[in-house]
Amino acid sequence: MNLLVRGRRPARRGEAHGGLAARLREPTQVVFLALLGLVAVGWALVALDGDQFLTMESVVGIQQRSAALGIVAIGQTLAILAGSLDLSVAYLISLASLVAAEIMAGQDGNVVPAVAAVLAISALVGLVNGLVITGLQVHAFIATLGVSLIIKGIVDHLYDGPAGKVPESFQLLGYSRIGPIPVSAMLWAGVAVVAWFLLSRTRLGYRIYAVGGDEEVARLSGIRTGRVIVIVHVLCSVCAGIAGLLLAGRLGAGAPTVGTDGGYDLESIAAVVLGGTALAGGKGGVAGTVGGVLLLAVLDTIFNQLEINSFGKDVVRGVVIVIAVAVYARRGTRRPA
Amino acid sequence: MRRALPILAVLMVLLAAIAVVNPFFLEPAGFLAFLKRAAPLVILAAGQYFVIVSGEFDLSVGSLVTAEVVIAARLIDGDESATAPVLALLIVVGLLVGLVNGVVTTKLRVPSFIVTLGMLLVLSGAVFLWTGGAPRGALSQGFRMFGRGGLGLLPWSVLILLAVGAVAIWLMRADFGKTLIATGDNVRAAALSGVRVDRAKIFAFMFSGLAAAVAAILLGGFAGVSAQAGQGLEFSAITAVVLGGVVLGGGRGSVLAAMAGAFTLEALFTLLNLYGISGALEFTVQGVIIIAAVAAGAIRLPRKFTPRRGDAHAAS
Repeated sequence: MNLLVRGRRPARRGEAHGGLAARLREPTQVVFLALLGLVAVGWALVALDGDQFLTMESVVGIQQRSAALGIVAIGQTLAILAGSLDLSVAYLISLASLVAAEIMAGQDGNVVPAVAAVLAISALVGLVNGLVITGLQVHAFIATLGVSLIIKGIVDHLYDGPAGKVPESFQLLGYSRIGPIPVSAMLWAGVAVVAWFLLSRTRLGYRIYAVGGDEEVARLSGIRTGRVIVIVHVLCSVCAGIAGLLLAGRLGAGAPTVGTDGGYDLESIAAVVLGGTALAGGKGGVAGTVGGVLLLAVLDTIFNQLEINSFGKDVVRGVVIVIAVAVYARRGTRRPA
Repeated sequence: MRRALPILAVLMVLLAAIAVVNPFFLEPAGFLAFLKRAAPLVILAAGQYFVIVSGEFDLSVGSLVTAEVVIAARLIDGDESATAPVLALLIVVGLLVGLVNGVVTTKLRVPSFIVTLGMLLVLSGAVFLWTGGAPRGALSQGFRMFGRGGLGLLPWSVLILLAVGAVAIWLMRADFGKTLIATGDNVRAAALSGVRVDRAKIFAFMFSGLAAAVAAILLGGFAGVSAQAGQGLEFSAITAVVLGGVVLGGGRGSVLAAMAGAFTLEALFTLLNLYGISGALEFTVQGVIIIAAVAAGAIRLPRKFTPRRGDAHAAS
């Protein structure tokens, strides 16, 4: 409730920021502590196995593995914070990678139009998602599931396999790095900072929290809730488009299955929730999501280094996600409402 | 029954359209073949209905179906005498998965979307960890009979479907159904009026698990063993339920309408095939129709509050 009042009076920024930070601190701290703990456990396990854990190679691997999921998850964070969710990101990523690679066609000169086209198409998909949810009053789950089926049909109809070609210069986005930090991770960090700024320093950010907290109250307080929901869906889809560009750069071509193979739809939602953002909306933030994505990536790395069957990884992942959310739910009860 | 009327009307139109293109559909054999193909999804939709009307989601049914089929193939391994105990085991596994989903959702207060998403990962990981990455073994003839065989002209799957449908409708008319709908409509009000809401939700999840086990038995017999046996079924089942006019978030809709929604979805697939819409574009048409159908439902009932949240826990 306090949050809402602040949302309407952005003049008192300092206080608002302190309040918000206090609100977000809890689950974010938990997820980063868990991350530290996991790194320590991983270190011990890998050392017992007679290997070294945090080598240059594995650190770079963790960052590269998490960059695409990280970017999608940040978009998903915005949608979930506003009380919505987006199941269409996986197919949109495939579509974006294909559009990018087809327009680039191996020519350096086509990079700019290709990137522009991908961003435009993603924004359009987000706009459709948002308008179906707000204008046609369709539950976000069904609306984005329907849109994902539409994209799946188009992509599968036009392509059976990898298509297009990404020029060398653009492939650098996927692979090159400056020191120990890959360019893809910097892109992820850039998106995260923009989203953090949006959420904690702008009116739109406050409105997103307000709409996610209680849509009816937000509407009665004069927020155009429909507009906020459309905007978060556009932003979420644009993030998926950026992830598609990144994956096209990494593969050197567009692929119709790159989004679904990565399971980016449910996985991004899992990462957001692992980061302490409430699935019902209104609580959480970008920092937690970054922690959640890193946690999943470190888990992957430990399993790879110990050469454990990848199916075991899914089991552990499922258990970790449920336990994490159970812990957040428990903490929630202790706090006076 | 009144609630099921719109979707039944749509279903009739679709069935008539199929019959126009394919007159064989009007003969008993043709229609029974359609019912047989639709049976697993209709049963899953009935199970999913219980969960959705109580205000929750079950995303784990698809991987539960896959897991059940793979477990059956590995344990039976062509041995006829193992059929009966394995069938019993599959039912128990289905109930157990539902129990875990329900208990974690209600007692640990984790949103069911996340619980069942975790269960999806655990089930698909665990079953292939056990079989080493690919399904192994084979189903026995006795097991496959349920999915493909029949009693004279009537396929077993249609009889099972009728039984499941009858039980589901009876349950929703009994006290249990009323408490379940009250729980989905307003958890707090239901709890204050003496409904044991946790128990109602746990039962709902157990019915969904049971439905997945039955669907897996039928699908395993009908389509055989594969690692993709249940792929995407969770979304199909939820779509079917919503097509039937059941509101995500709980408290509204009838189980008959949910099952009619599953028939409608299956009739839609059949019709698209008949009109020769190529395999992939079928999804596009499906997506448009789902959105349009749900939007039409929302517009027809403008006064009804449609929660737009990811999960019913928003209410608490």
